[in-house]
Amino acid sequence: MSTTVSQIDEVKTSPWSGGRSPFNVEYGKIMMWFFLLSDAFTFSSLLIAYGSLRFSASVWPGADKVFQSVPGLVDHGAPLVFVGLMTFILIASSVTMVLAVEAGHRNAKSEVVGWMIATVIGGLMFLGCQALEWGHLHHEGFWWGSVPPAEELKKLFTGGTEAVQHMTSQEFANLFFTITGFHGFHVFTGVIINIIITVNVLMGTYEKRGSYLMVEKVGLYWHFVDLVWVFVFTFFYLV
Amino acid sequence: MSAESHEVHHDGEHESMSKKRIWQVAGILTFITCIEFIIALAIVPSHPELLKYANPVYIVLTLFKAFYIVAYFMHLKFEKMGLILSLVIPIIFIIGLILVLTNESHHWVDLRF
Repeated sequence: MSTTVSQIDEVKTSPWSGGRSPFNVEYGKIMMWFFLLSDAFTFSSLLIAYGSLRFSASVWPGADKVFQSVPGLVDHGAPLVFVGLMTFILIASSVTMVLAVEAGHRNAKSEVVGWMIATVIGGLMFLGCQALEWGHLHHEGFWWGSVPPAEELKKLFTGGTEAVQHMTSQEFANLFFTITGFHGFHVFTGVIINIIITVNVLMGTYEKRGSYLMVEKVGLYWHFVDLVWVFVFTFFYLV
Repeated sequence: MSAESHEVHHDGEHESMSKKRIWQVAGILTFITCIEFIIALAIVPSHPELLKYANPVYIVLTLFKAFYIVAYFMHLKFEKMGLILSLVIPIIFIIGLILVLTNESHHWVDLRF
């Protein structure tokens, strides 16, 4: 009888041969990743719908003409300044989030709390800015199903008849409020989740558990919100 | 055994995203955003003929930013290759939809105007 084990009977130890976690990531974190993938599909569908409507339009309201106010400071002549501020706020809050995750790896509870509070404040500042931006556009006459009067619209375009200007402005307004609204809703839920996690950190839930993995999971969600804004910013304000 | 491997995994993470690295990535993101603003506010208004090159540049810069956020802030670069592939390959569907609808929208122009 042979004592050598044939190749097929050897115990396999590769990551996919069972008995271990092939991705080496905790269940909740994998699920967060796949939720974010599905959310990426949703946002992509909205942005691609925007892109195809815009491609098929002969004229489109100029971003530098629509967005040129800084609410509370100047009404005209400051294109992209306010949205630039919003972009930097969101990038900064992403940085504080990743610093909270880093502090979590060192089990430094008070540092995690500090960075999480900073992230929540960043998120609230962004939401406040977005409310001002929406308020300003609404004041000008843009909303779902309504646009400013024709003589105001003329200033936002180079070329196009009045009817075409009316139609594409309406498409712009509907898409702008829908997409930034959907993103803003994500920021809002992100802030709520961040507050819940911050309270849990303060109560010592994760200290008892021995790992701050929950902070990493909400961190993934928060970075995704920042990631979506990067695309919204490019396609609504720059292109 | 499993707790042990968990520890090892965490140590690796700690090394890969140090505070220095975080600030480096934050600096890159801020820098790319500043370049976008310079193109939009300074270069395009004074050279309108460059407008048609601006949009592809914005999109490439945006994809760079997306890469840095996903790879470093969301830590995907340091995960197992299997996880990276299972998250990145489905993006093919998004690319497909972009190709289909941009092509389609060129025909809508004739229908709408």
